Amino acid sequence: MKEHYTLPQDRPIGPSLIIELSCRIMIPFIQLFALYVIAHGHYSPGGGFQGGVLLGAAYILMAIAFDQKTSMRFFPLRVNTALAGTGVLIYTGTGIACALLGGLFLDYSALAPLFPLGPVEWRSMGIFIVEVGVGLAVMSIMVSLFWDLASGGKLDRGL
Amino acid sequence: MEAILSEIIAKYNYWIYVVLMMIGFYAMIGKSNLVKKLIGMNIFQTAIILMFISAGVKKGGGIPILDKQAVLERGVEAASIVNPLPHVLMLTAIVVSVSVTGVALAILQRIHGLYGSLEEDEILEKIDR
Amino acid sequence: MSFLNLHMYTLAAPLVGAMLLFAVGRFGRRLVTPLVFAALSLSLAASVLVFLEVLTAGPFSYTVGNWEAPYGIELVVDHLGSLMNLLIASVALTACVSSLRRSSAELPERRHQFFTLYLILIAGLHGLALTGDAFNLYVLLEITSITTYGLIALGKGRAPLSSFNYIVMGSIGACFYLLGIGYLYILTGTLNMADLHRIIPLLDGRGAALATAFAFLMVGLWIKMAFFPLHVWLPNAYTDMPDGAAVLIAPLMTKVTVFLMIRVMFSIFSPVYEFIQHVAVQQIIVGVAAVGIVCASAMALGQKDLRRMLTYIIIAEVGYMVGGLWLANAKGMTGAILHIVNDALMTLCLFLAAAAIAHRTGALGFERLGGLYRRMPLTMAAFTVGALSMIGVPPTCGFFSKWYLLLGGIEAGQWLYVGALLFSSLVNAVLFFRIIEIAYFRTPAEDGPVHEPGKGPRREAPQALLQPLVVTAAALIGVGLATGPLVERVIRFALPVGY
Repeated sequence: MKEHYTLPQDRPIGPSLIIELSCRIMIPFIQLFALYVIAHGHYSPGGGFQGGVLLGAAYILMAIAFDQKTSMRFFPLRVNTALAGTGVLIYTGTGIACALLGGLFLDYSALAPLFPLGPVEWRSMGIFIVEVGVGLAVMSIMVSLFWDLASGGKLDRGL
Repeated sequence: MEAILSEIIAKYNYWIYVVLMMIGFYAMIGKSNLVKKLIGMNIFQTAIILMFISAGVKKGGGIPILDKQAVLERGVEAASIVNPLPHVLMLTAIVVSVSVTGVALAILQRIHGLYGSLEEDEILEKIDR
Repeated sequence: MSFLNLHMYTLAAPLVGAMLLFAVGRFGRRLVTPLVFAALSLSLAASVLVFLEVLTAGPFSYTVGNWEAPYGIELVVDHLGSLMNLLIASVALTACVSSLRRSSAELPERRHQFFTLYLILIAGLHGLALTGDAFNLYVLLEITSITTYGLIALGKGRAPLSSFNYIVMGSIGACFYLLGIGYLYILTGTLNMADLHRIIPLLDGRGAALATAFAFLMVGLWIKMAFFPLHVWLPNAYTDMPDGAAVLIAPLMTKVTVFLMIRVMFSIFSPVYEFIQHVAVQQIIVGVAAVGIVCASAMALGQKDLRRMLTYIIIAEVGYMVGGLWLANAKGMTGAILHIVNDALMTLCLFLAAAAIAHRTGALGFERLGGLYRRMPLTMAAFTVGALSMIGVPPTCGFFSKWYLLLGGIEAGQWLYVGALLFSSLVNAVLFFRIIEIAYFRTPAEDGPVHEPGKGPRREAPQALLQPLVVTAAALIGVGLATGPLVERVIRFALPVGY
């Protein structure tokens, strides 16, 4: 994992111990908080979009504090593209699964035969699955927006 | 005069949103720098979002976050909490605004790469030549 | 699998196709064509079944997620909506054959990204045809607009600048629409179209706010459909698009926005409100539509590039439809709704022909079109059929919708509008006969840059560009001959009660 970080001399801001250490401590907590926000979406403030933006913000912080290459090594471009598509596919797939199992589109209580939880509990679980999908998609898109705009489309070096 | 003044003071938030909207609209039309037009568009959309949200505010209303057990026992009293529906709708509007801004910024980078400047009159000169 | 969710598959198939394409397209270049084809064919099959079901069993409404209206998002599948759905699906499948071929010539290394945007645009258009909730309409409108901004910016030359101008104007339009919805929400407390329809007549004493809401909604939609004088973004944006995108966007975007205006006028507000309580507004709008038709036709006369000329004709056609709807009688409204279908097909035919010509000659200036009859006979024949339909010659479909609009205008006594329609037909005749003369009778110009070497003087467009063109030209005549059943069995039910 150490070789993912660019050397301090090669970073745009030069070597800076304070920024490096504080970001290394903060980023895991930001990501953990983002997961909390996603999970609390369906009866508390939070949800897929908000949590996804926070997750994306963690990688953007890495791109600003270290180097864009560091951020791209921790979150490779192929994974980014795949996650964005998969996130929306989870959403649409849940909807289509509900439709195929006999209910209406996005009618989560129709998923009850899959796992014995009861229709009301399945509505709650269905919203959660959809929020996870949205969070993944939003995270990938936020990060890729920042990378593309900061590097002028070439994805070699950032701000 | 009294009636007009009391109207303005009673609905001061809507007047502020109208002023914000007009500032954004003027920036979109009157400025010649493309980035300033984009920022004007953002201000315009933000003003509309604020107007929607302030439509749901109630006098003495609290935040619409409730304790699950309390609701299951006693139910919800609608007059005591702010209307949460505009908040959710405006979340969608914010996502739309972010997407349009993202696309517009990418296009602006492309324009800068092609023409070397972001002022509308300079770009039109370069195209006509 | 039941037939209950069939119309959702028209929306879900392109969306799932787009996401699959986005996720794997970079690695599987050969997957693009089969994936796009499969998604759009599924969508067309589902929309045909939905259309037949609405014809036999009547309209139905559907709530997403089984939350009952007005709390949930309601989809309304009635005659007009299912007709639009079928139109969008068939135009999309026909256009995608041409787009697949043109995009491999124009932007070969970005095909999967191009088609991701393409499929999301089609999914958004299907959603617009089905929705019954005002805010859902805004979201889907923005989905279609954002993908259009992206598709336009992929063109060459000054395409990014045209796309940026379109972004600014299109966002103003969408924000005005959102503002109108906001006013209606503050007044009535609901966003469901059927509920709004029920509550709005009960609001007295709120006339000014309601009129403002209506004005914002209308102006927002007019900006999006390029109604004169808010049309300034359209010629540049539609000319600089890549060809593969133009064959999809030009026939559909403005017509679907006219359909949205019908939804706002008849499903949210009622004809009583617009035509009887505010008669002066109706006269003004028909007058503006007439002026718009004349000005757009006149501007089309001055163009020297085939595609630019076609975009000004699109603006004139929007004027026909808006004027026809605001004539406030049954013939005018029937003509306008029929014209939505006919104009989509005519524009599709003309833009497909333009794409085929551009593929062979490289540019579309008039001087390059000389002698094309010898080299591309089938393309020019199909172009001629499309041109005759634009002018309004029976039995092509363009004649019938113009006939209804003319009768409606005469019946309503709007002589300015009738005069504008006749003037526009005359100008279209001049425009298209000018091109037909250049193509059939002038000597061929020197050969421009072509993409594939041909053999001998006859170099027809490739099959993938030619077949959709021939199918569309045949459809123009077919739909024209089938106008009677179309009006009797479908459009008559789309008119509001009492007309």
